[in-house]
Amino acid sequence: MRCLDGRIRTWGRCGPGDRDGDRGMAKIIVDDVEVDVPADYTLLQACEAAGAEIPRFCYHERLSIAGNCRMCLVEVKGAPKPVASCAQQVRDQRPGPNGEPPVVVTKSDKVKAARNGVMEFLLINHPLDCPICDQGGECDLQDQAMAYGRATSRYDENKRAVEEKFMGPLVKTVMTRCIQCTRCVRFATEVAGVPELGAIGRGEDMEITTYLEAALSSELSANVVDLCPVGALTSKPYAFNARPWELKKTETVDVMDALGSAIRIDARGPEVLRALPRVNEEINEEWLSDKSRHAVDGLRRQRLDRPYLRKDGKLAAVAWPEALGAFAQRLKGDPARIGAIAGDLVEAEAMKALLDLLRGLGVANTDCRQDGAAIGTSGQRGEYLFNTSIMGLEEADAILLVGTNPRVEAPVLNARIRKSWLQGALKLVGSVGEAVDLTYPAEVLGSGPATLEELAKGKGGFMKVFMEAERPVIIVGMGALARADGAAVLKLAAEIGMKAKVVREGWNGWNVLHTAAGRVAGLDMGFVPGPGGLATAAMLAPGALDTLILLGADEVAAPASTFTVYLGSHGDAGAQSADLILPVGAYTEIAGTWTNTEGRVQQGRRAIFPKGEAREGWAVFRAVSALAGSVLPYDSLEALRARLMADAPVFGGLDYAPGAATPLDLRLVGTAGQVERTPFASPVRDFYLTNPIARASEVMAQCSALAASRAATPALVAAE
Amino acid sequence: MVAPMLADKDRIFLNLYGRKGWQLEEARKRGAWNGTREMIGAGRDWIIQQVKDSGLRGRGGAGFPTGLKWSFMPKEVRERPHYLVVNADESEPGTCKDRDMMRHDPHLLIEGCLVASFAMQAHACYIYIRGEYVYEREVLEAAIKEAYEARLIGPDNVHGWDFDLYVHHGAGAYICGEETALLESLEGKKGQPRLKPPFPANAGLYGCPTTVNNVESIAVVPTILRRGAAWFAGFGRPNNTGTKVFCISGHVNKPCNVEEAMSIPLKTLLEDYCGGVRGGWGNLKAVIPGGSSVRMITAEMAEDALMDFDSLSALKSGLGTAGVIVMDKSTDLIRAIARLAYFYKHESCGQCTPCREGTGWMWRVLERMAVGEAEHREIDLLLEVAGQVEGHTICALGDAAAWPVQGLIWRFRHEIEERIDRYRLARPHVQGASLIAAE
Repeated sequence: MRCLDGRIRTWGRCGPGDRDGDRGMAKIIVDDVEVDVPADYTLLQACEAAGAEIPRFCYHERLSIAGNCRMCLVEVKGAPKPVASCAQQVRDQRPGPNGEPPVVVTKSDKVKAARNGVMEFLLINHPLDCPICDQGGECDLQDQAMAYGRATSRYDENKRAVEEKFMGPLVKTVMTRCIQCTRCVRFATEVAGVPELGAIGRGEDMEITTYLEAALSSELSANVVDLCPVGALTSKPYAFNARPWELKKTETVDVMDALGSAIRIDARGPEVLRALPRVNEEINEEWLSDKSRHAVDGLRRQRLDRPYLRKDGKLAAVAWPEALGAFAQRLKGDPARIGAIAGDLVEAEAMKALLDLLRGLGVANTDCRQDGAAIGTSGQRGEYLFNTSIMGLEEADAILLVGTNPRVEAPVLNARIRKSWLQGALKLVGSVGEAVDLTYPAEVLGSGPATLEELAKGKGGFMKVFMEAERPVIIVGMGALARADGAAVLKLAAEIGMKAKVVREGWNGWNVLHTAAGRVAGLDMGFVPGPGGLATAAMLAPGALDTLILLGADEVAAPASTFTVYLGSHGDAGAQSADLILPVGAYTEIAGTWTNTEGRVQQGRRAIFPKGEAREGWAVFRAVSALAGSVLPYDSLEALRARLMADAPVFGGLDYAPGAATPLDLRLVGTAGQVERTPFASPVRDFYLTNPIARASEVMAQCSALAASRAATPALVAAE
Repeated sequence: MVAPMLADKDRIFLNLYGRKGWQLEEARKRGAWNGTREMIGAGRDWIIQQVKDSGLRGRGGAGFPTGLKWSFMPKEVRERPHYLVVNADESEPGTCKDRDMMRHDPHLLIEGCLVASFAMQAHACYIYIRGEYVYEREVLEAAIKEAYEARLIGPDNVHGWDFDLYVHHGAGAYICGEETALLESLEGKKGQPRLKPPFPANAGLYGCPTTVNNVESIAVVPTILRRGAAWFAGFGRPNNTGTKVFCISGHVNKPCNVEEAMSIPLKTLLEDYCGGVRGGWGNLKAVIPGGSSVRMITAEMAEDALMDFDSLSALKSGLGTAGVIVMDKSTDLIRAIARLAYFYKHESCGQCTPCREGTGWMWRVLERMAVGEAEHREIDLLLEVAGQVEGHTICALGDAAAWPVQGLIWRFRHEIEERIDRYRLARPHVQGASLIAAE
């Protein structure tokens, strides 16, 4: 429900005048089992704590309570009617006459009859099309009908049919199957922050639709597919592709942004059919951005499946020995004229192998920051991490965004900020950068470094509140750092941080929001210019190098005069201009380590094998190292990882965000200097097309086109 | 048992029939706005105690004690303002009492709004009026304008309690008469009932403490305060006190609205005020005594039924809104209930499952039963479906949809059976016709 200030609470009570926040414990008896639960538990949660199973459709832990499916009815002693257990709290129950704990019965005949009745009502108008329904096998209605349904139907009338609704390229609708649980409506309104889904019509004519049947304008829209307990909303790209029991499920991590969301890759044979979120409370809860979920069809297109070497100006397919020989030949050149840039999606193992190889050869020209972000060279790890941690954002009471648009750079993180705002913890958000709709109110303080200078002096109403905040947070994005004056901007941001004391005992509010999944691992292992080495921009200068190695780096333009070796999975920008192409596996095809923006080291697992003759990146460097005369001292992934941990111990702590434990001295962050007047701009210009996999994806192309048309002609789209 | 007719001097709504003007001047002659200042001067505790002592039970249908409801409001106003909302979304079939009060005696309501708002420390009150009541709204708004101009209400008024009164015109949805759906609608959202708890007294309009009362409950309060709780409590039986406006429609010679004492025998009501049942008492078949949402009673039960909450609920019916629907022997009861079932199917908000799916199911079965095109076993099925809806929904519309059907089957099951048999007899060659029709 919505409160006076427009916020939505998961529970109906609003304001401090009520019993909000009172988390006493209460006793309750469920089916003769006495349990002690927090008083603000719902009866449903209390029943589960007592081991009683409660069926439900509309109830979802992360959404507000609707209480409309009526499946979770239980009997409460003293109540005249069955009670929807999701909708009442333990503290709402009256104790017995002598103060006995309230008694809940979940297994009586009355409860059974009530559930069977509701189940029957849900099924009378639900089509019997399970054999052609994509939800089959993972359908709540199917499962619960087995437990609570009748063997045959007593409904002799015609079933209701509902027209399909267009919901964009990601969500397929079969609205006849809808049971009006409104989970999708609540998700769009509450979590995604785009109130574009709703119900129209009354009674049995009630239909769920998007406003004027347009796709949701959210980067999280496809989550409604997971939330839908029936087959009304299913995945459009996955439609009629497979049954869930045919799929091999591999739990791994996502690389489409720098959050490292927990995902499950479902594959059949050599093909990835879908990516689904896994629950990870500390990162993505159970949400996933549309790109992370639906770029996987890009894994089937534009793939590099064999080495190519440019001969007589044309790329020709060659065998691995010849390709590796050519690579080794280039490595034997002048080390000062060899360089390497690591891309955004690259796993730590490949970067480590390349780094060790080049350092062994005396090459200092290495950089993992293909956007040229001015960060990661001061030696302080806390400088470039998201120290508050994603979960820590829920405690923040004031946030300053500097040159970042988290909605497109990290949609799931943006949802976390919105959650914090909805819960009331977060009171103030200020932004220096582009004026965009972040799904929560954010005051645009200015557009560029000039505003930062003002803020650093403590000027303005925002700073007044920010400096008094108890848990202030600064989030610096690549839009502020990936520019010529990045180091000076960083310094200004750090000064603001010092002014507001964002780093204090038990709290670290200094955050850098990366956009590249491989970036933090690269910085952690020192994949930056060695002593006297060139950084990205210098390496790309015409004539600076003889040989440039692009490890999955597609966002840079190598000069034509430089011999370019490209290692990657897709025939994207990097491969176009390369002279030697070495195919390596994409993120679903390798076992790799990625460190997310929080500094959380996570290991991904191989779901399918690399395409064709592609290999794992580190293995290519190990092979060429022998030919180049500087043999890498590891022959297996395990040995490589051991070496990685030995050289950079942070890689030893898996699945752990250091958070406030990372020491950080903000005085040492950034370099004082002249700043420019140009406004900050997020590096993500098109959310759907930020990396080679997404650019190869047909689904992402459709999403991108839709977003572009929406941006170009908002009125026209609305009218359709 | 013959009760004397309620004397005119004991009637609250002296202009129920609109024979005099509704304007402030006329209303004042009838007693409105008389002593309001003193009532407010006596303090809110006195007002609430008087209303409690009067035994006034909510006139909107559920019959919850009004004074008790008021006392649920927080004692102190904190950072959230208090609101009074008057439910004038009178849409119950067979009910038209609020309408006459608003168009013929609006000042009683306005005065009641002021007094009740003062008792609950609300500085603002909303009257949510039914969409179809266009003329009523116009009168009400004109009366409110008069009251503002006379500084009876408004900021800095003569009564010393800053008070604003707003009329909100609904869009004609039955469900918006449910108090929490009304609040949703008033907030500009789709009219769907909210989950309770929290109750409106804790989190109502815009999340603030709110009391929602029926028009009649509010309009009778000033007169109760003027004449004393004991006067009001002197009518009717214990727990069913006061006077009440009854709306009698259907097969009586003179359908009317009439204010009478509670617990008046139904037969007296029909015979004395409505000129009797069409064709005589012996021609009576059934009565729905409380608006369409209660179970019907038979002519035998109507013989000595008293028009109050307890007597009618003992008959497994209810006083509801006191909209008495009289049906004589010419009535096709199955068709009548099928029509009501269609109404509930049409007006269900669709939020929760049993009502959304159950109302349509019941209507469709009843439509077939009205023709006779059904199976005997479907009568029990229908009763079971009604039971699956009843008590399992978020709001009371589920109950309201189920009860008329239950009333029909409990009391006139033989009619349905006869109808089915007659249909079969006429079509000996199509046994199982319903199954064929369903396919």
